[in-house]
Amino acid sequence: MSEKSMPLWEVFIRARNGLAHRHVGSVHAADAAMALQAARDVYTRRGEGLSIWVVPSGAITASDPAEKDMMFEPTGSKIYRHPTFYKVPDDVGNM
Amino acid sequence: MSGTCETAAAAPLVDYALRLADTALILGHRLSEWIGHAPVLEEELALGNIALDLIGEARALYSYAGEVEGKGHDEDALAYRRDAGQFRNLLLVEQPNGDFAQTIVRQVLYSAFAQPFWRALARSPDATLAAIAAKAEKEAAYHLRHAGEWLIRLGDGTEESHRRAQAALDELWPYAGELFERDAVEDALVAAGIAVDPAALRPEWEKNVADLLAEATLRPPASSWMQSGGRRGRHSEHLGHLLATMQFLQRSYPGASW
Repeated sequence: MSEKSMPLWEVFIRARNGLAHRHVGSVHAADAAMALQAARDVYTRRGEGLSIWVVPSGAITASDPAEKDMMFEPTGSKIYRHPTFYKVPDDVGNM
Repeated sequence: MSGTCETAAAAPLVDYALRLADTALILGHRLSEWIGHAPVLEEELALGNIALDLIGEARALYSYAGEVEGKGHDEDALAYRRDAGQFRNLLLVEQPNGDFAQTIVRQVLYSAFAQPFWRALARSPDATLAAIAAKAEKEAAYHLRHAGEWLIRLGDGTEESHRRAQAALDELWPYAGELFERDAVEDALVAAGIAVDPAALRPEWEKNVADLLAEATLRPPASSWMQSGGRRGRHSEHLGHLLATMQFLQRSYPGASW
């Protein structure tokens, strides 16, 4: 099996209506139709899915792990972006 | 051998259920032989899934056959304690896995029959057969999709995959005729609407298979002579070897459970 004849596909499965598709893993397959079949056979054996997406892995643009400081560090100090930062007045009751 | 079931003289409905059960079990076992040997992990799971669908169908049918027969034979007794001459499966499904193309061609030829067969049987007035068939039809639909997509890619793939797919087709084609046979065992059941007349399914099978072969750029074999006998217990030499492996545990340790 070569990467050229059987490229990699990322598999996303939606478990129930109202939920988003979630990434569950990947499969090797010759084309989109075969990737969908492989995803069904590998990832929905225990009733996990109502809907499957497969996406060529090469179509995904990923962030560079080496740039994680630049990308993600600046948010670390902004604790006011979390709802727990705020005190809810007693009068408001349960939110 | 002691413990071997005697089912030869049973009612037509028992024979009918056993034919269906044996065909499902033997094909399921054949596919299970790929576990650990499949060309890629994805296919290992796909073939295992299909094998489990088929073995599940067999279990339900054996239970029903044993119940109708009324001699206390459970599914294990029927699956594991009958000899080759008592098995009633189609010759097609006992043929060896061969290369991947041979397994796929066997699966296409059978599934293209099984899907319309189960769809028709789901309308049987026999409630148990109808329920088993309704479940099996959905399974067979996927089996046909899976094997059909592979056949198209093997046939219309590389020079080698085309050659292997054509060779598999030429070899297995003579076993397709048995799919549509009907004999005295079934006549009364068909007349009562309980069983499906397989001959009526032939036009749909021929069209579906012809369409697939055309897309796969494969040439339908011209063979007119067809193999026959599996449903009457006359098998190829392959079944005995399969049963020796499949039945070993129950033969050596009767009643073993886990």
